Amino acid sequence: MSVRKAGESEPPQPEEGGSSAQLSQPVRTSKPAEDGDKKSTNKRLKDVDICVPIVYGTVAFYLGRKASESQSHKWTVYVRGATNEDLGVVVKRVIFQLHPSFNNPMRVIDSPPFELTECGWGEFEIAISLFFHNDVCERQLDLYHHLKLYTEDESGPQSTKKPVVVESYNEIVFPDPLEACFARLQNHPAVIVPRLPAGFNLPNPVSIDQKNDKERGDTKDHPLSQWFLNFSEADELLKLAAARQEVQAHIVNVRRKLSMLDGPPQLSKPPSGYEYA
Amino acid sequence: MFPRELSSPIYPHQPTSTVIVILLLHCTQCFFLPCRLAFCNRESRTSRCLVVSPKQTPKLLGEIAMDAKDILGLSKTSHPASQEKKSRTVKESQRKPDGISREVYALIGGVPPLMPAVEPLQLKKRPPTDEKITWQWLPFTSSARKDNLQLFHWVRVVNGVPPMGDYSFAKYNKSVDVVKYTDEEYEKHLTDDMWTKEETDQLFELCQQFDLRFIVIADRFPSSRTVEELKERYYKVSRSILIARAAASPGDVSEHPIVKEPYKFTQERDRKRALSMVLSQTKHQERKDSEVLAEAKRIAESRMAARNAKESELPITFNVERAIVPSETLSPSSNSEFPSAMVAPSTSMAENTSTLASLRMLRVYLRTYALDQMIQAASSSAGLRTIKRVEQSLQELGVNLKPRVPTKSVCAQHLELRKEILTLLNLQKQLQYKEAEGSSYRDSPYETPGTPKDRTFVPESTSFGGDVLGERVGKRDQKRKAPGRAEAPSSPAQPKRPRKLRASDM
Repeated sequence: MSVRKAGESEPPQPEEGGSSAQLSQPVRTSKPAEDGDKKSTNKRLKDVDICVPIVYGTVAFYLGRKASESQSHKWTVYVRGATNEDLGVVVKRVIFQLHPSFNNPMRVIDSPPFELTECGWGEFEIAISLFFHNDVCERQLDLYHHLKLYTEDESGPQSTKKPVVVESYNEIVFPDPLEACFARLQNHPAVIVPRLPAGFNLPNPVSIDQKNDKERGDTKDHPLSQWFLNFSEADELLKLAAARQEVQAHIVNVRRKLSMLDGPPQLSKPPSGYEYA
Repeated sequence: MFPRELSSPIYPHQPTSTVIVILLLHCTQCFFLPCRLAFCNRESRTSRCLVVSPKQTPKLLGEIAMDAKDILGLSKTSHPASQEKKSRTVKESQRKPDGISREVYALIGGVPPLMPAVEPLQLKKRPPTDEKITWQWLPFTSSARKDNLQLFHWVRVVNGVPPMGDYSFAKYNKSVDVVKYTDEEYEKHLTDDMWTKEETDQLFELCQQFDLRFIVIADRFPSSRTVEELKERYYKVSRSILIARAAASPGDVSEHPIVKEPYKFTQERDRKRALSMVLSQTKHQERKDSEVLAEAKRIAESRMAARNAKESELPITFNVERAIVPSETLSPSSNSEFPSAMVAPSTSMAENTSTLASLRMLRVYLRTYALDQMIQAASSSAGLRTIKRVEQSLQELGVNLKPRVPTKSVCAQHLELRKEILTLLNLQKQLQYKEAEGSSYRDSPYETPGTPKDRTFVPESTSFGGDVLGERVGKRDQKRKAPGRAEAPSSPAQPKRPRKLRASDM
């Protein structure tokens, strides 16, 4: 993988054949309100992706005896690192937009762990907006999650011990990150970065201002961590590999048959005398 | 069929003053020969009247009327007879006007026209005039003529007073102001290598004579010069003269069109050449041009979309729902053909890289979003049915349509799997086509009579991996049949019947 720095005036290099989509435009220039660090270069690392695996979802407990008509469940919505690492290095703020029937439906969480606990009775779609630190990304990212309070089989009483858990795994990709951002994040466990070729000079990492109301931003010992689901790519990879093998075998088969048909066409074609009209 | 006009009942409860008379006429319209009733339409030429007189025995009248109504199937409710006139006038307005037959009237809408027609009677009318109009053959003069030729024409004289004024067509006698230069002016400003004074003078004379109709002037010009050359000389001279004469106040003439935009010989020549080329383009050429333009437009638009995605500073970016798929196909024509194995990879490569490029332009995106974009790009050449088949195959293979753990490698594998399934489906289709072609050849010469032709073609179902079993079955059958029968050499006796993938296959 070739890593190139793209300066402000340098046009992006064309990729294999995709040059028609690339415009010879200067890369987006620096944001003027950079944290006073005048020396920070605004160069971006080309063909490099920073990947942040996250899991977001809800855990809902039935309140049992303490349940009322309007508050039958206590649920928590959250965004956590897939390996339960602290997302605060990347995420500055998370805004959970709840159903309008809630008081102040726009809940802003400024520090990790990014979670919100509420009581209610209804299921609805929660809009989760992630805001990143300035050097990471200036745009927000929106996710949507449907709050589930009830299990599929409605038979039997609800358990107060076992919650209804729905989680989704996803990865946030930041293509062509700033050098400063890369330098800051490259060794953090919450982030997956590619290895740069040796001798690559990055600016010294500058740690950013991170709000930390709570003691720790990671969710490793979170009270709900026992309910977190496990997301292992190994299973999927295995299944995919098996499926691919099978498909490839069939392809070989069909190709062989096709070539057989193409092969001796003269044999199957009757001589003109015997052709029936 | 009864005339529609009659919907009013005939049977009055109260005898009124109107006289109602029954005419025993033959009703040609209702075919009820025995009924001998006829119906009145005042306007119609075929005047048949049903009028019942109260002076006659009411009982008889009533009976006759009831019979009539029975026969006609009319309602027996009564109306006072005074309404008959009103209803009749109402009916009259609904009746067709004279002059056209009923059917034609119905054809044009059955209603009176929206615009009132001009009554022919009005056209000929004229207000009676109290003036005395005579026509006289009188002489006239025209300001357009410079000679003293006396011409005559008919003149409308009103009350003995002939009309005044110039000849009415004299105002059309316009001509162009062609510049006139003196010899000194020529010496001073207008000498030119390509043109002699003689020629220039000739040119200007012709211009004056023919009002700057250069085509004619070029034709009449003694030496052969092209229209553009003549024009150039003329405009150059005019311009120089204008500027020279207005030397005192150059600002005045700077507004003059020829001073502002002088005649350009080369430009004109090229313009005319281009015009003639466009005019003489063949239809084929036109189609090609429009195709290229459309393609260029599409590319420009996709670039615009990508550029907008990159530069938009909107705080809300619905990454999840974004719909841009700038799929630039390298070879548009090949996409419409049956995708061969050779062509498909090249177009998919192009789509791939362009999707990648557009993704890189986003500052942040989700892995699932990227996967969706890539899937869309890869299956852009496939129809909806094919896509559904791919999804079904995935399900049968036990793979989630959307990966549960979408990491980079999982997404890559998923995408590759989808592409491979697409390839497989295409190949299977190819195979089917080939077999369909071939089967029309593999007939009687190679089969003994009595061999059942079980060449039924199962349309490719969405099940997966059928070929394997189909072949296996075929082979088995062939073994069984071999001793007793001759068979077509290269055709399988069994059709390729895809079968559902079973759990045991996994």
